[in-house]
Amino acid sequence: MAKVEFETPPLPDQLSIPAVLPGAMAHSRPFVAKPEHQQPLGFPGELVDNWQKVALDKMDELLGRYRSLQVFLDACVKCGACTDKCHYYLGTGDPKNMPVARQDLLRKVYRRYFTVAGKWFPRLVGAVELSEEVINDWYSYYHQCSECRRCSVYCPYGIDTAEITMAGREILASIGVGQKYSNEIIGKVHTIGNNLGLPEPALANTLEGLEEEVEEDISVSVKFPLDQQGADVLLVPPSADFFAEPHVDGLIGYAKVFHQAGISWTLSSYASEAANFGIFIGNYENMQKVAQRIRQAALDLGVKRIVVGECGHAWRVAYSFWNTLIGPFDFLDPHYPAPQHICEFTHDLLYQGGLKLDREANDDKVVTFHDSCNVSRGSRLGSTPGGQFSIPRDLIRAACTHFVDMAPETIHEHTFCCGGGGGLLTDDLLELRVKGALPRAQALRQVIEAHGVTHMAAICAICKSQFTKVLPQYGMGMDMVISVHQLIGDALVFESEH
Amino acid sequence: MVLGSVFAVLFYLGAIILIAGVSSRVMRYARTPAPLVIPTTPAPLTRAGVGARMCREVVFFESLFKGSKWSWLFGWLFHFGMLIALARHLRYFTEPVWWWVTLIQWVGVYAGIAMFAGLAGLWVRRMLVDRIRYISAPSDHLMLALLLAIAGSGLMMKYVHHTDIVSLKAFALGLVTLDWQPLPADGLLLVHLSLVIVLMLIFPFSKLLHAPGVFFSPTRNMRDNPREYRHVAPWAQNLSQTRPEWPLGRQSDHGEG
Ligand code: SF4
Ligand code: SF4
Repeated sequence: MAKVEFETPPLPDQLSIPAVLPGAMAHSRPFVAKPEHQQPLGFPGELVDNWQKVALDKMDELLGRYRSLQVFLDACVKCGACTDKCHYYLGTGDPKNMPVARQDLLRKVYRRYFTVAGKWFPRLVGAVELSEEVINDWYSYYHQCSECRRCSVYCPYGIDTAEITMAGREILASIGVGQKYSNEIIGKVHTIGNNLGLPEPALANTLEGLEEEVEEDISVSVKFPLDQQGADVLLVPPSADFFAEPHVDGLIGYAKVFHQAGISWTLSSYASEAANFGIFIGNYENMQKVAQRIRQAALDLGVKRIVVGECGHAWRVAYSFWNTLIGPFDFLDPHYPAPQHICEFTHDLLYQGGLKLDREANDDKVVTFHDSCNVSRGSRLGSTPGGQFSIPRDLIRAACTHFVDMAPETIHEHTFCCGGGGGLLTDDLLELRVKGALPRAQALRQVIEAHGVTHMAAICAICKSQFTKVLPQYGMGMDMVISVHQLIGDALVFESEH
Repeated sequence: MVLGSVFAVLFYLGAIILIAGVSSRVMRYARTPAPLVIPTTPAPLTRAGVGARMCREVVFFESLFKGSKWSWLFGWLFHFGMLIALARHLRYFTEPVWWWVTLIQWVGVYAGIAMFAGLAGLWVRRMLVDRIRYISAPSDHLMLALLLAIAGSGLMMKYVHHTDIVSLKAFALGLVTLDWQPLPADGLLLVHLSLVIVLMLIFPFSKLLHAPGVFFSPTRNMRDNPREYRHVAPWAQNLSQTRPEWPLGRQSDHGEG
């Protein structure tokens, strides 16, 4: 695919709903998976000859597997409540990025082959044959949805376009047209254990480097243990935490928390990845297989607890799906019978008085918080609904004096996606990522101007990578993006050991 | 009497198709598993909480209120206007008329007007807002036209051209007691009744399935309890190739989560 030239849209003072601009993003398509990315995941290497039949059979199978798909395809009344809720529509104006129109790409085929009305009166109900053109649209627009679930908040029937997108992607992969970015990554996890394809020696090396760095910085020998048998806690971070900026400072933050709390912990070289792109491609089997490595590692290392690092979709999978996919976790400490989020872990310690923090360390910052979609609308933190909003904010307030929230219609359950979630964090979709970040960038600029915000904290590896890449396009610095656990780590007070 | 018999047969046919069609869809929804826990969070933790969420959704259209105030206003006027207008019609099917049906007769008239106004508002939005125009198929416009025609013909019988209510009631009661009676040959009434029959016939094959569908929507009817309960769907039971010997542990009925 040739590089597309595009212009970053100007940031408006007020977010407005764009007029419908048909075809505005029809050219946006990610690279198609090669046979070597498809086959290890159990998909055909390239477009199969009888793709129409295979696709319709797959749709039939999925309709029987997922009640969500079946009900959502029937129930939509075209009320339009979701039409202005998707950040990709708001950023591009392409009508096929309106959630209901995205669903309709699949629904019109469903109607044609699976409903009485669509078989007899296709024109009347907008039903169409499954053609090559339809497949092209599917490939293009099912890769312009970050599966963020924002649309599902406002739909009177709770129709979650993410479920439709997942079905669409699964059908595409099953006829041989998978997405390179996601499938290549899943393949790496199946063989090596993390998205980056980072083998054990490289990992050990990196961790050693981090130990030296922290020692130099605060003169405390904070450890980053790897494959340590019998540790209490297995920490599973997104692998971006090992390398990327600002993620790695979050990893240092986790390690400092463990160190100060005096709880033994370890990373695993076999399961060194919290991310699970199986959810993105909508494939239950691959999602389960990726998750199984973590159960296996926990059993092999004999840990009592599992803690997951700052990663949005990984937390949705861990919180909402792990118990079903790879449970039960009856081998864990009965006091912590379910895998926890690092924010839950730190929050517990904080309220038991197990951590000593000094806010002054972060006095140079005015911080706001970006709620990640999958944490906000697809999972929970803590024991009460809404803990996913209060716990990270509690942590930030414990570590910083200056905190402000962005506009209420852009946070909590209404939060806007960073624009790079759902398997779209790839350079072949850069235009989409930049334009999709517009609503969040607009809300951020507002608090910068009104409150002098200097940093936006996040608890998601994808959000952090996406923002560092796209915020500069909107004239904001990439170093504004910060991990919640960097704030914690910087505020932790240690007695010098030297 | 011929007219009465024709309409009686049509009404029975309509009722059978409506009931059989909707039940077969509902059975399909109930049979299809929800293999993963996917409520839109924050979500209730208990069944009672889910009941409350569902009530707010069905009675107040909570999500739609968050989504679009105009659609909410028109949609709510239409649905609750229709509900009361329908209840008002019970006076044709009961003898003696139930006390509460008598009680709501006067509201019923305003309800009919609210229904008409709500539908009109929805249609104007469908035609004027470019986003909603884009997502509308011919059937979406026709559905509004059909409902408007039903409401309009009903209102006209109230305000413009009265029909023979005594014979109409005899006909309606006859439908219930299987003792067919003649139907007054009144143009407006016949239009009204025919359109209602059309609506009954297309209900199970159209987007009107949103009515039963909302109760089966996993993002609304599931509890937020995935850490406590496993939700393994029957089809997913044997997928895990590497460790098939896993015990299943505590299971929730993956029915309504
Ligand atoms: S899930 Fe998110 S990205 Fe996808 S259509 Fe809905 S709002 Fe848009
Ligand atoms: S809000 Fe729901 S019912 Fe309304 S158009 Fe969107 S998906 Fe359809």
